[in-house]
Order: sequence, then C-alpha cells, then structure tokens
Amino acid sequence: MTDQTKSSTPAKPPFWRDPDKRALVFQGVFLLLVVVVLFTLIRNTMLNLEARGISSGFGFLETSTGFKIAETLIPYDESSSFFTAFLVGLLNTIKVSVIGVFLATILGFIMGVARLSKNWLVARLSAVYVDTLRNIPLLLQLFFWYFAVLRPLKNPKQADNFFDIIFLSNRGLYGPKPIFEDGSGLILFALIAAIVGIIVLRIWAKKRMENTGERFPVFYTSLGLIIGLPLLALIGTGFPVSWDIPELKGFNFRGGMVMTPEFSALVFALSIYTSSFIAEIVRAGIMSVDKGQTEAAYSLGLKPSWTTRLVIIPQAMRVIIPPLTSQYLNLTKNSSLAAAIAYPDLVSIFAGTALNQTGQAVEIMGMTLAVYLFLSLTISSLMNWYNASKALVER
Amino acid sequence: MIKKVVLSSLSVAVASTLMMGTAHAGATLDSIKEKGFIQCGVSQGLPGFSNADEKGNWTGLDVDFCRTTAAAIFGDADAVKYTPLSAKERFTALQSGEIDMLSRNTTWTQSRDTSMGINFAGVTYYDGQGFMVRKDLGVTSALELDGASLCTNQGTTTELNMADYFSQHGMTFEPVVFEKSDEVVAAYDAGRCDVYSTDASGLAAQRTKLAEPEAHIVLPEIISKEPLGPAVAHGDDQFFDIVKWSIFVTVEAEEMGLNSSNIKAAAANKDAAPAVKRFVGAEGSLGENLGLEADWAVNVISQVGNYGEIWERNVAPLELPRGLNNLWSKGGIMYAPPLR
Ligand SMILES: N[C@@H](CCC(=O)N[C@@H](CS)C(=O)NCC(=O)O)C(=O)O
Repeated sequence: MTDQTKSSTPAKPPFWRDPDKRALVFQGVFLLLVVVVLFTLIRNTMLNLEARGISSGFGFLETSTGFKIAETLIPYDESSSFFTAFLVGLLNTIKVSVIGVFLATILGFIMGVARLSKNWLVARLSAVYVDTLRNIPLLLQLFFWYFAVLRPLKNPKQADNFFDIIFLSNRGLYGPKPIFEDGSGLILFALIAAIVGIIVLRIWAKKRMENTGERFPVFYTSLGLIIGLPLLALIGTGFPVSWDIPELKGFNFRGGMVMTPEFSALVFALSIYTSSFIAEIVRAGIMSVDKGQTEAAYSLGLKPSWTTRLVIIPQAMRVIIPPLTSQYLNLTKNSSLAAAIAYPDLVSIFAGTALNQTGQAVEIMGMTLAVYLFLSLTISSLMNWYNASKALVER
Repeated sequence: MIKKVVLSSLSVAVASTLMMGTAHAGATLDSIKEKGFIQCGVSQGLPGFSNADEKGNWTGLDVDFCRTTAAAIFGDADAVKYTPLSAKERFTALQSGEIDMLSRNTTWTQSRDTSMGINFAGVTYYDGQGFMVRKDLGVTSALELDGASLCTNQGTTTELNMADYFSQHGMTFEPVVFEKSDEVVAAYDAGRCDVYSTDASGLAAQRTKLAEPEAHIVLPEIISKEPLGPAVAHGDDQFFDIVKWSIFVTVEAEEMGLNSSNIKAAAANKDAAPAVKRFVGAEGSLGENLGLEADWAVNVISQVGNYGEIWERNVAPLELPRGLNNLWSKGGIMYAPPLR
C-alpha cells in the first residue's frame, strides 16, 4: 500500500511548475508592488506638502490645543495636547453610540413587535412611526430635536426644580452626582460579584432546563442580584457615598452631573431614527419564522408569551442579527453629524476644530477614518460572535 | 457634512500625492485665465461682508475684494464665482485648489500664514473679538461673565481667544461650538448661551438676524486683534501679487481722491499729476509689472470703487464706526505702500 503510493507520486516538479509555489511567488511579488506603491505615494505626499509649505507629520499631537471643550469624560483643558483632545472626542463618540445603540434596540424591538400586533390601532401607530421617521433626513430630525428640546426650556434662573436636587433648564438637565469616598471599593466589588453571579446562574439554569425541563426565573433573580448585592455592600460599609448637588451660581448651575441639550438631542435623534429601521428588521425577522412553529408550540401547551420568547424570537434572531449589525454601524457613523448641533464628538473636535487650527488635513482625516474603521470592525466582530452563538446548531 | 470634509481632505491628499514635483509657477493664474473667472471662497451669509440675495447675487466687503481681483485680471469685476464655506471648511478648500482665493472674514495669524501653505494678501478690515449679550442679563462688562455659556463658530480664532481671555482672568465658561453660523444665531436666540462671541463686525452683522436685535448689547471689551483679509495658496507669486495690489489700489485711490465716478476722467486727463498718470497706467509700468493691462487699476476703481466707497456701500449700513479702518492720514491705519 505504502509502496504503491510512493511509486505513484511523480518526481518533484521544478518550482515554477508547482502551482502552490508559483502562487506564493506571485503573491510575494504583488505584496512587494503594493508596498512600493504605498511608499511612493506617502513619500510623494510628504514632499508635496512640504513644497507647498503645509506642515506635516504627527508632531502637532503633542502641542497644546488652546481651545476648550464643554463635555469631557477625561480631564482636559485648553493647555492639554491635541492627542488628549482626540481621546476626548473619541470617548464622546463612543458614549453617544453606545447609549444610542442601546435605546434604538429597545425602541426598535417594541415598534417592530407592535407593528405585528393584532390590535389595529397599535399596529397602525407603529406603521406611521416607522414610515415617517425612516423618510425624514436625519440632519433635519437632529435640528428638530435640538430646537424642540431647547425652545420650551427656561433660563437657568427660572429652571424647573425637582425636589431641590434636579434642575431642568435650557442648559441641560442637572442632577446630583455621587461621590464615592473611602471604603466604597466594596460596592464596586459587589457589583462585579453580582455580574459574575448572573453569568454563572444563567449557565446553570440553562443546563438544568436541558436536563430536567424545569425553568428557573433567571431574569428576576438577576435583577435581585444586581440591585441587592451592591445595596448590601452599601449598607454594610455605612453609606460611604456623598452627593454633589448642583447649585445655581451666576449664569449657570455648577457641580452635579449634567445631560446637555446637545447630547440629549443627538441621542434622541440617532436612536429614534435608527429604531425605525430596526423595527422593520424585527418585523421581517418575526415574519420569517414559519407559522407551524407557533402552532407546534401551542399544541405542546406553551402560553403565547412563552411561545414568543422561547420559540419565535430565538429563531427570528438569526434573521435579525446581520441587518441589525449594519444599523449599529450606521448609528455610529451618523453620530458624526454632532458638529451641526455643537456636541463635541470626534469629528467635531478633531476633524473639525483641531483640523482647522493646525491645517493638517491629511494626518487628521487619516486618524479619524482609522478610528471609524476600528469602531466598525469592532461592532461587526462582536455581532458576528453573537450571531455565531445564536446560529442554528444542528443536533 | 463629514463627507464634504473628507472629500476636500482627500483632494488635498490626492493633489499632494499626484502632483509629481512641484506645480509650475503661475498655475493658479493660468487656470483662472483659462476658466475665465475667479473661484472665490466666501462666507455662508454675513450681511455687509458676503451675503447672497434671493437671486444669488453676492454683495459685501469680502465679495468686493474678489471683484477687485477679477477687475484687475479680466477688466470685468463680475468674472467671479462664489463658493460659500463654513469657517471649518475654508482652509482645506484653499489648500486643495477648490477655490482660487479665500475672502471670508479670515484673521491673518502667524500659524495660518506659515503652516497651512497659504499667504495672506493684506488686511481689508481691522477687527477685534467682542461679546454680545441680552440686555436683560444686566451685564455691562466682559469681566462679569464668569461661568457663562458662550456660543460661537467652530474652527475660528474666536474659540482660541475665548479660552485665553477667560483663563487669563481666572474665569470659567462653557463653550457651545457650532459648525454653521445659522445654528450659532438660533441657539443664542433660543437662550442656549448667555453670550455670542465673534469678531465685532460679525456681531453687528449677525445681530440683524436675531428675533429682536434691540434686545441685545455688545459689551465694550475687544479682546483680540483680528486683521481680516484675503488669502491665496502658496505656489503662484504673481497671483499673490495681483490680489495684494488690487487691495492696495483701493486704499491708494481713496487717499488720492480717485473714485468710481472720477477715475475715467482722470485717466483721460493729459495734464494729470504724475502720480495719477502712473495710477491710471498712462505712464510707468505698474500694470506690466504685475502681468496685467496698463489700465488694470482704472478697471478696479471704476467697477468696484475705492476703499471708502466699498466701506460706505457695505459696512456703513451696519452702523459700525470706521475707526482703525480709516486712512492713516485720517486717524486710522489703512495705508498702502507707494505705487511706483
Ligand atoms: N475671524 C475669525 C472668525 C471668522 C468667522 O468664521 N466668523 C463667523 C462668525 S461672524 C462667520 O463668518 N460666520 C458666517 C458664516 O459662517 O457664514 C477667524 O478667522 O477665525
């Protein structure tokens, strides 16, 4: 047997006749070409920028910006570097995107399910919601929300006052900010413990259900854990938390936490606009599940609510997730409209103000595009991973 | 919006990549002559400086300095096409060659002049940054603005001066920075900000767009120097000279008493003073030096007017005092080098 195989193997051909090796050589040559072209392009750009007296290079990232930014998640002032401003913008972009994706998903699912409701009014309302919002350009909606939020609100001096701790005015919604003092580390620890507990619980509950068919109220237990454990820790450590309550001083409120009109309008507009697309995706997903599935579930004696949750939605998810991913990507990219309403996102601060102050369009746009590419790839791979975990497993 | 920025940035990149070696000197002027008009970058609507009416006719001081250049090159001040630009877009538009010159209340600063590949051709308006507030706030000085919210435009010197001024005086503020002026005005009008800050000329112009212009006052403090003027891209010194001298002749004409109604007569006058003869091109080689017709300055003054006329037509209706922008001989600092 072995002898036979050996004898039937032809003599090794010269490498240019071996398709595998040839391919390798071609690929190597191609790669070399790409590198050479890229190198020439970059070199040429640098030379020409220099010839035209436009500064180039990334040295500017270390110089101080000289401008102020209203909303920052990390410490920043006008003496901070352009790189810090870049991070500030990046974090602000991530902040609106994450919150926007979260709200858009919830709203979209509600609207998508509502559109299939047997209740005529609910179904019609949802249809109107979807068709109107999908067809009005996002920028218009953004301005609408911004000025709709802004106009009716009063000056800080006449702010709407809720229990002397929350204030609503045309400067935003100010509320108390928790300040964690010594010993509050335990609370964070309790929170982490609760999250780990929930994950373990879910795995255990799933195993149990597969083995015994009994269901465990995972949702309510999780809710209890995530609220209860930190609360226990809070009581156990004797409330090492104090509140920084906003106070009207001069023109504005100082202290506390603020949700600015810019941030709110951007989140509103992005999540409502995107939710109208998600609603259609959800509807399509649900309708793609064969009617026989519902009938089978009913004949097994499942309640309608369980049928939706346990039979229909999991199967619909497989159809929903891929287009949902592209809606998440859209939302993230659309957040770059922020500059129109003064929300300091990456495009506004970095590709806007910083670009204009330094004039280094090539470097700054390069970095900005790289960030969006990175964010998009991250969202895609997270969703792909989630999709894979939901995909049909043939047993 | 982002698409536009990306596009012009890309074109800067592409232009810089593909233009092997340097463009030959005179590229801008050649392309202008070939097209038959100047592509001039202006603002998106600032009454008195660059503003389009319903028919799309542009007027204003900044617009007039696009027109002086066209009159000098083509003998036709109307040979201009306008590109409205936000403050943020303007420099990339100039660097990428989308526009031939930028005449958009742009402050001449050292870093813009040296690191962006552009040259400022002169100062057409000496300005400074000011603050506007609602009268009913009861504020009378910028030093009372600690903690206020300030609305302004993105990508301007205003953003930088504000930060300087407030930190220098140990005050804090909340910047609310929009890309477009219309939103700045709308947000300030809606009460989002206590203060609207920009160049004093801009304040006077934008004030006309507010719901109740009389309900606002401009504070006395001027916190910066804002010499505004046209800019051109590096690489065409001849065009740079033409833009520069098309500004100077308007100042010189005012000083010499030449204006749009008497310039033709002066040009025909055989016994005019030697300086006038040089100005109108009857003697000397001022036009030839710039590569223009001998009567280029006559075209500029007869079609656009001298600096005083440009001021009266555009800026005076905003009730701004002439101040620094008066001739040097009348207490201002407008001064043209000798035409000889
Ligand atoms: N001179 C300043 C500010 C120029 C600026 O953009 N001003 C605004 C406010 S007056 C403006 O021109 N807006 C009119 C527009 O955007 O159309 C600079 O060069 O940075």
